[in-house]
Amino acid sequence: MVTVNGEQISGSAEPRTLLTDFLRDELRLTGTHVGCEHGVCGACTVIIDGFATRSCLMFAVQADGSEIQTIEGLASAEGEMHPLQKLFAKHRALQCGFCTPGMLMTAIDLVQSSKKLSEEDIRIGMSAALCRCTGYEGIVNAVSEYAEQLQDEEASNVG
Amino acid sequence: MLDEPLRQSGGYIGQSVPRREDRNLLLGKGQFVADIQLPGMLHVAFARSPLAHATIGTVDVDSALAINGVHFAASGSDVCAELPPINGMQVVTPQGWRDRVDTDILIPDQPLVPEDRVRYVGEAYAMVAADSRYIAEDALEQIEVEFEPLPPLPDAESALKDDAVLVHEQLGRNVAALLHTRKGDGADAMESCPHRLSRRFVHHRYAAMPMETRGVVAEYDGRTDTLTVWSSTQVVHWVRREISTALEMPEERIRCVAPDVGGGFGGKGHVYPEDILVAWLAKKLRRPIKWVEDRHEHILNAAHSRDNIYDVEIGFDDRGKIHVVTSSFIVDSGAYTPVGAGIAGNSIAHMLGPYDIPHYETDCKVVLTNRTPNAPYRGAGRPEVGFAMERAVDIVANHLDLDPAVVRFRNMIPPEAMPYDVGLTYRDGVPMVYDSGDYPEALRRALDALGGLEVIRKRQKDAWANGKYLGLGLGCYVEGTGVGPFEGATIKIDSTGKIMVATGACPQGQGHETVFAQFAADMWHVPIEDVYVTVADTADITLGYGTIASRSTVTASGAIKIASDKIQEKALTIAANMLEVGEADLEMRDAGVGVVGIPDMHVTWREIACAAKPGWDNQRPIGVDAGLEATSYYEPPTVTWAYAANAALVWIDTDTGKLEIEKYVEVHDAGVLVNPGLADGQVKGGLVQGLGGALLEELAYDEQGQLLTGSFADYLMPTASDVPPIEVLHMETPSPLNVFGVKGLGEGGAIAPPVVIANAVCDALRPFKAELNSTPVRWQDIAAITENADRQQNMRADQEA
Ligand code: FES
Ligand code: FES
Repeated sequence: MVTVNGEQISGSAEPRTLLTDFLRDELRLTGTHVGCEHGVCGACTVIIDGFATRSCLMFAVQADGSEIQTIEGLASAEGEMHPLQKLFAKHRALQCGFCTPGMLMTAIDLVQSSKKLSEEDIRIGMSAALCRCTGYEGIVNAVSEYAEQLQDEEASNVG
Repeated sequence: MLDEPLRQSGGYIGQSVPRREDRNLLLGKGQFVADIQLPGMLHVAFARSPLAHATIGTVDVDSALAINGVHFAASGSDVCAELPPINGMQVVTPQGWRDRVDTDILIPDQPLVPEDRVRYVGEAYAMVAADSRYIAEDALEQIEVEFEPLPPLPDAESALKDDAVLVHEQLGRNVAALLHTRKGDGADAMESCPHRLSRRFVHHRYAAMPMETRGVVAEYDGRTDTLTVWSSTQVVHWVRREISTALEMPEERIRCVAPDVGGGFGGKGHVYPEDILVAWLAKKLRRPIKWVEDRHEHILNAAHSRDNIYDVEIGFDDRGKIHVVTSSFIVDSGAYTPVGAGIAGNSIAHMLGPYDIPHYETDCKVVLTNRTPNAPYRGAGRPEVGFAMERAVDIVANHLDLDPAVVRFRNMIPPEAMPYDVGLTYRDGVPMVYDSGDYPEALRRALDALGGLEVIRKRQKDAWANGKYLGLGLGCYVEGTGVGPFEGATIKIDSTGKIMVATGACPQGQGHETVFAQFAADMWHVPIEDVYVTVADTADITLGYGTIASRSTVTASGAIKIASDKIQEKALTIAANMLEVGEADLEMRDAGVGVVGIPDMHVTWREIACAAKPGWDNQRPIGVDAGLEATSYYEPPTVTWAYAANAALVWIDTDTGKLEIEKYVEVHDAGVLVNPGLADGQVKGGLVQGLGGALLEELAYDEQGQLLTGSFADYLMPTASDVPPIEVLHMETPSPLNVFGVKGLGEGGAIAPPVVIANAVCDALRPFKAELNSTPVRWQDIAAITENADRQQNMRADQEA
């Protein structure tokens, strides 16, 4: 039993089935991509119990009982994009879009788990995922602006 | 009226229009080949050679077939019995080029799965199809094969030895192509030069490495005898043609689609055996077939690139004016050479770059070895030759104790010399004429973006005085873009009045759907939302060429224009009939056609499309045939010449060899920018790839021909934290060769970084009289330079003592 994007799902998987393959082939959540299957590229990143995790380095059975968020769960049910998705478009943070789901999930975790992020923090944090197309400028700018937005929100909540 | 200025104010061309591609991709709803799942689909896996060179003995697939869930297994001889090899000589060169370049070309055919011999580590020798990829890979382990090792040829120099074994015996040599050309007096001009220098330059092997590996899905429909093939490719029409040839099916019965493609950069720019094998198996087994490369397979088996050795001699005078350049270079093409001598042809054409050099002679050998096949990757011969030439220019400057920037200015073609006849022939067979640009201005702007030459040199002196090392690296290039032979476009105005555009382009992230919509919206005076663009689908256009070689913006826009002109001419005739005025009084405006000066007299494209329909009560004048659609092919007169100046400031830590890029600038000119935001992204993305090649990425082989860097743990790709501050500045000198003034720009960024970094290191270490003439630029090499210098100094000190 796992919760995927808020929905409880029970299924069975062979012991050797990777979580990536389970998400993609069984649940047909193909937004999670496979770029290397050996834990380097980050294309397969999903959020498991709050942490960005490489789904290619886990067996599906290891995810039993956990809560998984994939790219498909980022926008609202009505299709309204998440603020970070909008910022990716605004800053031209994608070209081919293959790395994009993994980038977004990596960034969400990064921004949520740190209070204040310098550009360098963002560059180091985002180096968990590879993009071959953009040269990263747009990605870094999008994540920076998102981090600022969250901070402003927090500040105004406090104020 | 049809000739009004094409870049209207308020139009879409020139605007950073947001991409229509983004939404799906951001939502995780893109559709890449690996995402396609069809009922009853089988999964293919390939057994790949662990040896670089070996004779294949028996291949026994029986125990693989015995595994539950395995439906098919075949050895190379099984495949060769049914399918011909990919013809090596299919990439034709035009007569005009052969007239000017001496060629001796013998490109070997590539068997889809070889039966007698494997020629590189990673070449397939058997294949299986099973219910899942997991089972297919289990089955591979059961295949029994006997290999008789042959002496491996791990690099080009060993393949050129007299006693070297032959990679392809039927060719009688290990050379796939010999090319030679000259201009002016060629090497003879060397005699009269006051100064001559010779050097060897090596550009190592690295690759396109898109984040999405290759993949193919195919489905056969027995009722209609049609095949649909989804391939992660840059060239759907080429893939279709090869499948048609191999399966002896009419091209029109095969539909090839490149759905969302996760990057290509040249690595997906030609047909591969798997494209054909998967299609064949779908037809043979009457079940959908899928093959998706894993990363290790991709690194072993998808085309590599670069891997050149240049021997250059350069003759110049006291002022640093270069009179003659000669070069003799070899390209390690690996075991096959899927795009013929294309890379070498590019190198030959691009050596002289932005400089006015009267005499030139070059010869090249494209050498067959036991490495992975070599095919174009972003830049395709230009980064390699640029490395040799731009290093040589710096070496000339050092020799004369002149500033490398000054030597460049002294040799550059001035803007008033445009158009400039180079005196060579491009690989499209047309004499090379640089069409437009201001090369010195680009270099000036690049230097200014780093503070200006004087300030840079002052900072450098101060650094040296403090025992620190700061270097300026320069790299200039020109780039033939938008190469023919053609691109196609089909335009249809359907009865809703929407503009349907289909082209033969096959994007992999460039944003063509957006860019082509910008063109069409301006041509048709409609809101961009009224334009529907399809790309990369052979069902939508009969002939296409594909997206390689920085060509699509130039060539597809030309095709869209010709097709639009054709339809618009007819539409105006019909509109004149509807409005009962003369055509001369009409103009295109507001999503239709109106009478000049009379706002109310206007018909929309929708109304015109309905009027143009066949059938009763149509409103076509007599003699005008029905329908508003056209397919046209644009055959560009020749290439447009983009160019750039690159400059970087680099700090070297002489204790550790560590290198830090303070800032990297590229001033780039690709003519009119249709979508400046996207253009900027193309150049920056290319730059980072170039930096990866310069500093991190390497496909290293040992002397047995084993690839040593077969995973992302060894093949290092640039990450966000590896990227230095980058500034890209755009100049926009229109090309006179097309109505939009555009030039191509997909590859540019990747060309200069390797030489810029090497030049910067050498410039920083000038006190050590350092030369670094090979890539990648390694910290070990940098540290060695300073260590050697220390050692020599100690020795001198000892001697003096
Ligand atoms: S696919 Fe998981 S890290 Fe690359
Ligand atoms: S957008 Fe193509 S890999 Fe990132």
